Amino acid sequence: MATKTKKAAAPAKKTSGKAKSFKDAPLNKKLSTEEKLDLYRTIVGIRRFEERSLRAYNQGKIGGFLHLYIGQEAVATGIVSLMEENDHIITAYRDHGHALAVGMSMNECMAEMYGKHTGCSKGKGGSMHFFAPDKHFWGGHGIVAGQTPLGAGLAFALKYKGLKGCSVCFLGDGAVNQGAFMETLNLVALWDIPVVFVIENNGYSMGTSLKRSSAKESLAQRAEGFNMEWEVCDGHDVFEVREVANRAMTRAREEHKPFLLEIRTYRYRGHSVADANHEKYRTKEEIEDYKKNKDPINVLKQQLLADGTLTEDLAKQIDQEKKDEAEASAKFADESPVAPRSEIQTDVYWEVDNDKEGKLKGTYFFND
Amino acid sequence: MPLITYREAIKQALDEELARDENVCIMGEEVAEYNGAYKVTEGLWEKWGDKRLIDTPISEAAFSGLAIGASALGIRPVIELMFMSFSYVAIDQLFNNASFCRYMSGGLMNIPIVVRGPANGGTNVGATHSHTPENMVANHPGLKVVCPSNAYDAKGLMKTAIRDNDPVFVMENTLLYGEKWEVPEEEYTVELGVANVLKEGSDLTIVSHGRCAMLSLKAAEILSEKHNIDVEVVDLRSIRPLDEETILNSVRKTNRAVLVEENKPFCGVGAQISHLIQLKAFDYLDAPIHRVSAIDAPQIYAKELENWQIPNEERIIESVLKCLG
Repeated sequence: MATKTKKAAAPAKKTSGKAKSFKDAPLNKKLSTEEKLDLYRTIVGIRRFEERSLRAYNQGKIGGFLHLYIGQEAVATGIVSLMEENDHIITAYRDHGHALAVGMSMNECMAEMYGKHTGCSKGKGGSMHFFAPDKHFWGGHGIVAGQTPLGAGLAFALKYKGLKGCSVCFLGDGAVNQGAFMETLNLVALWDIPVVFVIENNGYSMGTSLKRSSAKESLAQRAEGFNMEWEVCDGHDVFEVREVANRAMTRAREEHKPFLLEIRTYRYRGHSVADANHEKYRTKEEIEDYKKNKDPINVLKQQLLADGTLTEDLAKQIDQEKKDEAEASAKFADESPVAPRSEIQTDVYWEVDNDKEGKLKGTYFFND
Repeated sequence: MPLITYREAIKQALDEELARDENVCIMGEEVAEYNGAYKVTEGLWEKWGDKRLIDTPISEAAFSGLAIGASALGIRPVIELMFMSFSYVAIDQLFNNASFCRYMSGGLMNIPIVVRGPANGGTNVGATHSHTPENMVANHPGLKVVCPSNAYDAKGLMKTAIRDNDPVFVMENTLLYGEKWEVPEEEYTVELGVANVLKEGSDLTIVSHGRCAMLSLKAAEILSEKHNIDVEVVDLRSIRPLDEETILNSVRKTNRAVLVEENKPFCGVGAQISHLIQLKAFDYLDAPIHRVSAIDAPQIYAKELENWQIPNEERIIESVLKCLG
């Protein structure tokens, strides 16, 4: 019989001597008012975008799966805000937050979910497969942990080319039990690859709690088996995420060393919208407690109100702007055309798409 | 023209491409210090060093995926799988990520990698090391696959594969590594999607690829000598893209076709070719199309039986006579 399982207790932190307020850490202290407001705009934008996408999904406008990031926004927002010129990121299928954080437009993201030609992947990828290589965002990958060796590969390329940068590869707490990830951890440690793996530990791999899926509570500690540095932190305060991730990313850039960072976070919604029974494997109280005490928007808002960056009026204004932007994106997506049928067979082969003079030999596609 | 082995031809291709483009690197199990499990990369580590020749742990999923990620940023990795059978433990990386990332990104992510290694049976090693997955690769739009049957093609196709901007599988054959062919010293490449007529003939067309093309050629010689039958042998070289015109032109000329491959029959490459011929050359056929494939069971260990399980001259001749009879 199914039993309600409480979220796994927090593993002991490896972090020692942490600052009382991460907002006052030097890295965060030097943020300008505008930079702090940008963090707020991003975090609110992700929330409002996803709320609007949920409405569209429930209206039948969006098909497939919809894995919402609501509750986890501070993780992507904080880490993307640290990206430098030669840094790259990649993630799994819960990718809307990362996409918006790197600066993809709500229009192209919403249109992709609507399956429209104006979507970031022309409607060929859907919710789980957003890409923006020009913004150093390499997807959006549908198979759990399938992106982890790719994240290592991005970092491998940086080192191969002698560029000072790192890649940040996001994964969920379910992905740590995939073989590909284990293999990859060994490889990056063995070869000194500048990649930071960020486990966004929301406590549940789909509907199975951490306790019921991982033999050891601390996921990041597995790094010790590969002679790799690791750390655990909380993910509801964007300033904490920035402070801790910055150490890992700087180390990767400077010393070409990999890092395993576990960020404890929480998703308010089910694994996907289809997971309507998510209150069966966790308690209502658990969800409410997180929303009340650790909501990433509220935590940031309170800190920015306290230091005078934000006023209630400005917060309301930003919120309205993001709601409007999300609403406009839904309208844009709705009114956009579906790609013509001829698009089914483009973007399959680079050589075919770029064969302007018709020099390619042989048959590439095999329909009668 | 110097006579060199299939193995040496591939090594020359790798060496020349390493020299041509600093982004080309070779990674795989035992490729560097050990000089290659089948000695294809012998001497390359000594010449090119750790950066370009990279020994990996036994982690096909990780290093295949790493190659894919690196290729997105402009590196051109050539990964060696000690056996193509080992692609099966990296299937998500090779058959999801390498094949579909370009498509799912709407053409924004390109994956110029080469996956090379032997794909053959006939080596008395049992079912787990004897796969010929060219049909499986070809079933994934986004991937390309070639099966060189001789040293000349192996070198020319390898160089083309490395320069190609899409993921290309090069299916080699351990039974061919030590065999010699004439290979020119000057630079050349072999295009993808172009079949090779190994022998012209008028009575029947054999369509084949890889080592089976060479077996077919031998069978054709015996058929000519002992049965006075003039067989045309088409070596596909490339499975996807596929040179349909050469196949159809040959069948329209000879009016009969026997398809020879080491694949297992169900959904093998021959199934696709057979469909092609009936669709586009139906009126030219004077007899049903016949196929010679591996006998439909997991690869058997016992040497004598395995030699009968995979195509051989005797089975090919039998099938040709049946098709003509």
